[in-house]
Amino acid sequence: MLRLKDLRTALLVALWFVFLTFPIMVIRVNPFERTITWRWQNMVLVGVGSFLMYLVSRIVLQRKAARQKQLRLGLIREKIPWSQRLLEEPRIYLPVLAGVAVFALGFPLLFSTYQVNIMITALMYVMLGLGLNIVVGVAGLLDLGYVAFYAVGAYAYALLHLHFGLGFWTVLPIGALLAAAFGILLGFPVLRLRGDYLAIVTLGFGEIIRLILENWNEFSHGPSGIANIPRPGLFGIEMDLNSAIIYLYYLMIALVLFTVFVVNRLQNSRIGRAWFALREDEIACQAMGIDKTRTKLTAFALGATWAGMVGVIFAAKTTFVNPASFTFLESAIILCIVVLGGMGSIVGVILGALVLILLPEYLRAFSDYRMLVFGAVLVIMMVFRPQGIVSNVRRTYTFRKENRTPEASNTQG
Amino acid sequence: MQSEQPILEVRQLTMDFGGIRALDHLDLQVREGEIVALIGPNGAGKTTFFNCLTGMYRPTGGDLLLTPPGKETRRLNGMKPNKVTRQGLARTFQNIRLFPNMTVLENVMIGRHCRTRAKVLGAIFRDRRTRREEEEIVAFSYAILEKIGLAGVVNEYAKNLPYGQQRRLEIARALATEPIMLLLDEPAAGMNPQETRELDELITRIRDEGLSILLIEHDMKLVMSLSDHIFVMDYGKKIAEGSPEEVRANPAVIKAYLGESDA
Repeated sequence: MLRLKDLRTALLVALWFVFLTFPIMVIRVNPFERTITWRWQNMVLVGVGSFLMYLVSRIVLQRKAARQKQLRLGLIREKIPWSQRLLEEPRIYLPVLAGVAVFALGFPLLFSTYQVNIMITALMYVMLGLGLNIVVGVAGLLDLGYVAFYAVGAYAYALLHLHFGLGFWTVLPIGALLAAAFGILLGFPVLRLRGDYLAIVTLGFGEIIRLILENWNEFSHGPSGIANIPRPGLFGIEMDLNSAIIYLYYLMIALVLFTVFVVNRLQNSRIGRAWFALREDEIACQAMGIDKTRTKLTAFALGATWAGMVGVIFAAKTTFVNPASFTFLESAIILCIVVLGGMGSIVGVILGALVLILLPEYLRAFSDYRMLVFGAVLVIMMVFRPQGIVSNVRRTYTFRKENRTPEASNTQG
Repeated sequence: MQSEQPILEVRQLTMDFGGIRALDHLDLQVREGEIVALIGPNGAGKTTFFNCLTGMYRPTGGDLLLTPPGKETRRLNGMKPNKVTRQGLARTFQNIRLFPNMTVLENVMIGRHCRTRAKVLGAIFRDRRTRREEEEIVAFSYAILEKIGLAGVVNEYAKNLPYGQQRRLEIARALATEPIMLLLDEPAAGMNPQETRELDELITRIRDEGLSILLIEHDMKLVMSLSDHIFVMDYGKKIAEGSPEEVRANPAVIKAYLGESDA
């Protein structure tokens, strides 16, 4: 399977990596003692490691290519991926679902407040991911400024509480609507843009919102932010920190379920189909009578709505907002969640969010290499499974010959 | 028949791209229930004409007038593509433009978009009307696929279909918009003789159901056997028109296709 050419390339790759990592892995300069330590064994490790890694990846990719060739020639049938089988077989997914539900409900009882807090963050990103999934995964509009809507929601709560004393439950829908309005506001100028151009404009939009929050002191209190934002209330009951966090956890579970419900219904509707079609081919879409402008604006607005809601929750959870929480990195992470999870797939995005948010938390043990592992996971994923953890599966229909009544069989993954 | 107002009337249509005149005062009519072919050498402006007609381009001058049977005449100039489709003009593309990662059925269901109304709230609450509309979309789309002969592959991804079936699916998708006139841009391109024969039969059947058809085609055998009326274009101008026999015998057409002899 491996030819001499592959070995030669592997050798070159290994040399290149040795060269690249030489300054950080081999040379160690001690500026106080003015000594240099040469760690030659690191160089050997990097060389051998990258050599073997390259060969393994070659083998895997070759096998994949061979499979695809066989598939094309009709020698073998397309293997249904495990993720899809899992979602289609009620005997498998019902117990799994029940297990997840029990685990989710019992989580605060089993683990410490610290763990619950991390889980709340992860669930917030699940919601953000599902929201961005509408824009990027379903409608195919690459939005790099998604964090702007998140900031709109958070500051909506902070400011409305500061000036008018409005509570969490009042602001939650207001924040969502405000974010939707901003979504439409951003939507209008970028309607005619696609791909890279759209990405850059949305990136700019995200930065503009952040810079406004940072510099307009009279409005947003600048970089020092706004503190003393109350946590979500429950009919005016006073709660200590611990129970407030547990309450927020269950609130998040409910909101995530709500999000999944709504997003799933949207995707399986006339509008959802139009979004998918828009992603596939814009020109054909218009020729089939779909109003491009309106469809895009709906996607932007609905995507932003979720960010706005999570923003309100974020402000309530941390009881403090400042512009530093809404950097481009946040947008990038949310985008990673969608891409890694699987564009357009709800289960995929949930898994993606949990993996991407929980992984760095539990990798704290290897704190030095945490981000390195994180980066490696992303690279490996994109090379070997570019469609994401769970690839989007289209809904199928079965027709009975006699009366032709349609019957939806499985729902989208 | 001739005195009747044609379904589509194109008057003095002109389209300039910078200094290049792609369409030069083109006149064309399509009558109800007719199959009209538009032929001409490559670069004659046929696809440009389709793009003007379907709202992809805004023509520089002239009129595009659509008169649906029993309704008033509407001017299509500068109308957005989705509005044109709503008026009853549905097209296919020279290079197939399906939604590759959607199923065959979903591709056709997209065609129903402009005839249905469900909004965001309807999608979320899934009320009675939305559910009924959704069932109707599926049933209507399936019926079209049965008619076109693609009922066996409804759940297949569009990208996995063989070429000939993809072309048919494009026609099915266009039919789902309930057009009064179908615009086919080289429907037989790349098809084998068997597939072309099937296409010939399909187009005739669609016409017999009352639709008017305007097609661009290079397959002369298909054009000659199918068309009621043929328009010939070259360099953005109409150089000839008439029945297949008239066009076949027209010296201007022969010159455009075979070049001028120096003798």
